[in-house]
Amino acid sequence: METTLTTNWILACYVDDVPDNGGSCIKHGDEQIAIFNFSRRGEWYATQNLCPHKQQMALSRGMIGSTGENCEPKVACPFHKKTFSLLTGECLGEDDMAIKTYPVKVENGRVFIGID
Amino acid sequence: MSKPIIIVAGNGMVGYKFCEKLLARSSQFQIIVFGEEPRHAYDRVHLSEYFNGKSADDLSLSTHSWYADNGITLHLGDPIQEINRAQKTIHSLKGVTLHYDYLVLATGSSAFVPDIPGIEKEGVFVYRTIEDLELIKACAATAKSGAVMGGGLLGLEAAKALMDLGIAEPHVIEFAPRLMPRQIDSAGSNMLQLKLNQLGLHIHLNKSTAAIVGDKKIDALRFNDDSLLAVDMLVISAGIRPRDELAKLAGLHVGTRGGIMVNEKMQTSDEHIYAIGECALYEGMIYGLVAPGYEMADIAAAHITKADKSFYGYDMSTKLKLIGVDVASFGDAFITEPDCRTILFEDTHKGIYKRINISNDGKQLLGGILIGEAEAYNMLLQTVNNKIVLPPDPEDLILGSRGGAASEGAGVMNLPDDALICSCEAVTKAAICGAVNEQGITNMDGMKKCTKAGTGCGGCVPLVKDLIAGTMKANGQYIKNVVCEHFDYSRQELFDLVKINGLKNYDLVLDHYGKGDGCEVCKPVVASILSSLWNDVIVKQEVIQDSNDRFLANIQKGGTYSVVPRIPGGEITPDKLIVIGQVAKRYGLYTKITGGQRIDMFGAHLNDLPAIWEELIDAGFESGHAYGKALRTVKSCVGSTWCRFGLHDSVTFAIEIEDRYKGIRAPHKIKGGVSGCVRECAEAQSKDFGIIATEKGWNLYVCGNGGSKPQHAQLLATDIDNQTVIKYLDRFLMFYIKTADQLTRTATWLNKLDGGMSYLKNVIINDSLGLAEQLEEEMQALVNTYHCEWKEVIESPAMRKRFSHFINAPEEKDPHAQFEPMREQVRAKEW
Repeated sequence: METTLTTNWILACYVDDVPDNGGSCIKHGDEQIAIFNFSRRGEWYATQNLCPHKQQMALSRGMIGSTGENCEPKVACPFHKKTFSLLTGECLGEDDMAIKTYPVKVENGRVFIGID
Repeated sequence: MSKPIIIVAGNGMVGYKFCEKLLARSSQFQIIVFGEEPRHAYDRVHLSEYFNGKSADDLSLSTHSWYADNGITLHLGDPIQEINRAQKTIHSLKGVTLHYDYLVLATGSSAFVPDIPGIEKEGVFVYRTIEDLELIKACAATAKSGAVMGGGLLGLEAAKALMDLGIAEPHVIEFAPRLMPRQIDSAGSNMLQLKLNQLGLHIHLNKSTAAIVGDKKIDALRFNDDSLLAVDMLVISAGIRPRDELAKLAGLHVGTRGGIMVNEKMQTSDEHIYAIGECALYEGMIYGLVAPGYEMADIAAAHITKADKSFYGYDMSTKLKLIGVDVASFGDAFITEPDCRTILFEDTHKGIYKRINISNDGKQLLGGILIGEAEAYNMLLQTVNNKIVLPPDPEDLILGSRGGAASEGAGVMNLPDDALICSCEAVTKAAICGAVNEQGITNMDGMKKCTKAGTGCGGCVPLVKDLIAGTMKANGQYIKNVVCEHFDYSRQELFDLVKINGLKNYDLVLDHYGKGDGCEVCKPVVASILSSLWNDVIVKQEVIQDSNDRFLANIQKGGTYSVVPRIPGGEITPDKLIVIGQVAKRYGLYTKITGGQRIDMFGAHLNDLPAIWEELIDAGFESGHAYGKALRTVKSCVGSTWCRFGLHDSVTFAIEIEDRYKGIRAPHKIKGGVSGCVRECAEAQSKDFGIIATEKGWNLYVCGNGGSKPQHAQLLATDIDNQTVIKYLDRFLMFYIKTADQLTRTATWLNKLDGGMSYLKNVIINDSLGLAEQLEEEMQALVNTYHCEWKEVIESPAMRKRFSHFINAPEEKDPHAQFEPMREQVRAKEW
């Protein structure tokens, strides 16, 4: 996970709070952040919770999975199944939109998210 | 060295296609386009779809950046006004003067407006541009009745538009003694008229309009026979008139009845000026379809770039869906005996008329007409165009093979390589098969990108699909509907594999039979299969469920959920009604009666769902599975307990059936209905299964649905008793659950089922597969393991915990979910 000097790590939740291969939402001030426990790959991801397609706070309730030869990890919004890369935040369909992603680290059963 | 300049007058479909074709041939020209309309080129063929929700953007053929990206200068809302042929310059409305090396006139056509007294009155429109449509739409909002003048192809399209706009009383007025006089014969017109009448369209033939009556605004039409027809609006669709005024002004030769005369290279009487599309007159004929226009565009582009291509007329065969009725006309549709032999088929019961004209020696197909069913159109047209020798029983071409071996001659793979499959884009069979063989194309999307086949009118798409499948099959490639990129199996295959191997969770299924990490397509499919097989509590595997199944409620705008308790058969006690009212009040929910005779409560926060359900379950309610691909409701009429017409107790039977199949997961949602008599107040024939009382028992209908493509259920069995209804339903539903593709309703499943309804009857009633007992046992196992999913959740603290929006602030609700007042209730706030 790439980190920079300015990254401020906040304790988001505990490992048990997020279902295996699923997501949960955390509140950070006025921000809503979706955290995904991709346990099948042993990876964690975090993105904005807002789906930019129809401005719905729903990505944490979406299904995760992978696509393509490189198994790009992705999340599908439950509203209209727009999918976004969990690595880059880019929309994987035709649409020109993207979501914000955050670095995640897990230490001693605690999940931290890097906020600029 | 500066590039030669080509100026294009007109930015319609054909003008746009010219630019595309020229760019494909050469980049050595500078292209400048002038268009009269304010928007860039759009799809005029599908204009009427503007009324069923397509936007101007959806109809657009390109983006603004397309022109810039390809170095084309575009002047919109600025038609060319004048051509100076001596100096080779044009002058536009906004005052632009430019030199050209070549000028291409693609000015199209305008609606022909007959000179009838009163034609200028308010409420009289033409049907040509998006602007026209907007005017029609505005007027239709308050109009009750409307007429279309002209019963041709465009006129009927316009009539469809009026119907889509909710005009209660639509009329079509045609001067000729039949509809679509250019395409179909009198018998075909009669059949079409019959079908259109059934759909609520009033047709007046042999009517010549003498005047448009009204003060300032149209009130009525007066005909030559002095009869009157009161209407609030009129759309004129009496033909087209080529836009040749610019050419005429410049002294180019035009036809006596309009049209810019061109040679086989699309050159006008001035060799530097070309005319293409509906403004061009070739050998005395205007080609009013898009495909020949595209062909002309390509020929002009070819000639300018010194390639050799000529126009030799064009096949005006056409197939379209008019107000839901298939109409096709191909080859020489009107040739009659003794110049040919004619085979006719007429079925007034189903509204089908077919005519084919064959050569006197019985070897060649010359042309024909199809009304009501035109599936064979593409193959028939190919048979005419490629002069394919007819089989010994040519009537099979329109009747289908009746017994005996299917005739080999008619297969799409037997077409010659140079058979033109997509006439809009001039793609041959060889090109399509080549794309499959050499580029590995396996689907329609890929084919469109690779060859452009099917991107024009779309009429050839079924044929292209058959060619893709046929070529793949010839190569030994196995074609099937795989679930997604992670599973190389169809849903049915996966269902069998999961069953035989006793797999109980998604990860096991993915490890054994899939690859990658799964996705939002295969997860719910496997979840549904696991549920249909083992009927375990679905939220135990919450992350593979669709959002609605994950939270056992329907997600709505703003991220709140709606709650629907089961109300079997639509019967509910006053006490239970009071509980619903109390719960809705307590949690601030919007309430609405659903189409399935129950009550939906909207606007529930995720956090509140368990508490809401705790109260509902305490009062004796159960989950209604409104969120699942599962049995929704069995709608009933009040039946013989109260109704003076009722034959049997439809409510009791509906409740029994709803209780039997509740909670069972299927490839898609399932709805049922039970009516107590033939008046069918429960609308059972629009359901996946419908049961209607008869004097002797019940009639059972299956595979109907409402929705975007309504389809009536078909009769499976007549006069059967309660036990037999349930026996057949067990078999039918289980057979569907095991064999359908994901997200396929029973109607679509039946449509794709080889052998259709007679096959299904054989399986269900005659047990032709020897499966009946097994199907009944499997269904009984599901019935025996029923559980209320919500009860499981509220009794489990671990499951309840998942119903919070913020995992780090479980008490807090989503502040993003907001409401605003509406008619004494609330609605989701728009963002």
